[in-house]
Amino acid sequence: MKGSDVTVSGISKSFGAFKALKGVSLEIKKGEFFSLLGPSGCGKTTLLRVIAGFEEPDTGTVGIDGRDVSGLPPDKRRCNTVFQSYALFPHLTVFENVAFPLRLRRVPNRLLRELVMKHLSLVQLEAHADKKPSMLSGGQKQRVAIARALINEPSVLLLDEPLSALDAKLRQRMLVELDTIHDKVGITFIYVTHDQQEALSVSDRIAVMDQGNVLQVGSPQQIYENPASDFVARFIGETNIFSGVVSSREGPFAAIEAEGIGRLLVEANGEAPVGSRVSVAVRPEKVRIGAVPPGPHDELNILRGTVEEPIYSGFQTKYIIHLPGGGVVTVFRQHANWSEGVPDIRWKDEVYLSWSARDSVVVESDAKPPESRGGEDRPRPSSASR
Amino acid sequence: MKRNYGSIYAAPQSIWLTLFFAAPLLIIVAYSFMKRDIYGGVLPQFSLDAYKSIANPTLLTVAWRTLWVSALATVLTILIALPCGYSIARSGNQAMRLFLVIVPFWTNFLLRIYAWIAILGNEGFINDALRFLGLTTEPVRFLYNQGSVTLVLVYMYLPYAILPLFSTIDKFDFTLLEAARDLGATRMQALRKILLPNIKAGLVTAVLFTFIPIFGAYAVPLLVGGKDSYMLGNIIADQVSKTRNWPLASSLSMGVTVLTGIAAILFTLRGRRPTPRVLDESGLGPVGATAGIPSGGQA
Repeated sequence: MKGSDVTVSGISKSFGAFKALKGVSLEIKKGEFFSLLGPSGCGKTTLLRVIAGFEEPDTGTVGIDGRDVSGLPPDKRRCNTVFQSYALFPHLTVFENVAFPLRLRRVPNRLLRELVMKHLSLVQLEAHADKKPSMLSGGQKQRVAIARALINEPSVLLLDEPLSALDAKLRQRMLVELDTIHDKVGITFIYVTHDQQEALSVSDRIAVMDQGNVLQVGSPQQIYENPASDFVARFIGETNIFSGVVSSREGPFAAIEAEGIGRLLVEANGEAPVGSRVSVAVRPEKVRIGAVPPGPHDELNILRGTVEEPIYSGFQTKYIIHLPGGGVVTVFRQHANWSEGVPDIRWKDEVYLSWSARDSVVVESDAKPPESRGGEDRPRPSSASR
Repeated sequence: MKRNYGSIYAAPQSIWLTLFFAAPLLIIVAYSFMKRDIYGGVLPQFSLDAYKSIANPTLLTVAWRTLWVSALATVLTILIALPCGYSIARSGNQAMRLFLVIVPFWTNFLLRIYAWIAILGNEGFINDALRFLGLTTEPVRFLYNQGSVTLVLVYMYLPYAILPLFSTIDKFDFTLLEAARDLGATRMQALRKILLPNIKAGLVTAVLFTFIPIFGAYAVPLLVGGKDSYMLGNIIADQVSKTRNWPLASSLSMGVTVLTGIAAILFTLRGRRPTPRVLDESGLGPVGATAGIPSGGQA
């Protein structure tokens, strides 16, 4: 691997009274595509700027390949940044923009030409070398910014919401392209985004941040299937969250008296002892919906409710189901087997909902000591044992 | 039918400029080619005497000095105005700082020059302070030399340089500087290679707004200058009011106008050349580079 590992330890940063980062620590591995994901104002961009050297942290250190780079100016760090606004130099051509770092180092002309053209071809912009940035489309500007950031052969590439200014279709394409470039150059990518779809689809690992804290670090699957907290579960994709009190334990399962729902089974370990108050998350696509009740099963939660809102969106329909007890459940149904004899479900229909106890997780518990929350790769019993 | 209202809208300006700019200029051109009358005024006879008498060593010395003082004062003004405009653009309370830059305009031009006499004069504040501190016994002669003329000129025209520089720097995208730093540039390299080329329009305007009026300066060298700091503006004034050689005054004015005109055109063209065809997305169009240039001479 050509990349570097990046160690962030105990970084705090305040702007006036606003605490942007509250003691963030992360271990980013060599060559990893690592995403910092969170809502705006969560501190992800500040963390990126601290790693790049644009912001001096109040406390904590940044290490690249084990070497402490805290206090080094940006031009002395082996990392380069792709800015959200691209930050292309408007007075220089595409070629000169990409050549800028080489000109600073007084690279001889022939080598410079060769290197610049090589990087322009990496992003498929050879044909536009002589254009000014103002003559390029958003996607092209983005690619110039990437080529320019890569030409110094950094060991870490920092990307600050690089796709946020592009339209949805182009964003998808650029995302694939970024992934390809990552595979080709093999260096560490640290990618800041507020878009969970982007993060899930390209990252090796994701750190979910909120209000200056890292809430969870893990692979996209871990983050999605086993969110470490209520916030992570809600932020990544859609989810149903039920809260209630654990009434009994049945082997690997806890039975919960959920408010407005009734009795629910959820896979849980020590974090949900009898009598504790917990929140349980279940993804809408894990819930099956049908006009007839499914066959009885030990691990199955079965509920009855009324369709209050069917929302059709082409590849799937989202249903909002109201339960007799007052609870609300969101369900996704893929249209893959629309034609397979499943009767159409309409507004005000009585339906049965069911999901396996193994498909739901405990995301909050008052029995869970708060320090253990938000830890790195917190071991969880459920999906790992499947 | 599409009617062209342009000329109607432009009429007030056209009439104004014709009456008060073009006509006087033509009169000056005409006078410069006539014979002098003894008590001022001109005799309506064609003559090149005025232009012949320009080529006189004293006049050429003054012309050369005027050029030198103007260039020096312009460079100093820009060197002060650049960091000033930059800091105003980056500060949180731009309005307050701009206000402070403009405040001196509320005071009369001449009063501000007299204020400098009160500061620098033999009985001025600085000399008083020096005497009080026991550093000097005899007053230090700050006034009536090229140094004091340059200082006061820089003071007078600083706002004209700060304002255009501020307005272009304010539109500058400062993440470009971060990008340059990120790509390996030192702080100075980033400013030189990225900031300066992108605020060129403001620089050109600032240079023109200071150089041109300073080149025609009259009141400042008259009040705070000595014999060694006489400038073309003073010579012209003398020709009008003392020697009463109106054709010579006119031909000298023509000289100043033509020289500054050529300088301004060359400088503007040079400033524009590197970005010939670009639809300037960053909004760094040539801010007033051609419009509103103060014409030479203030007296």
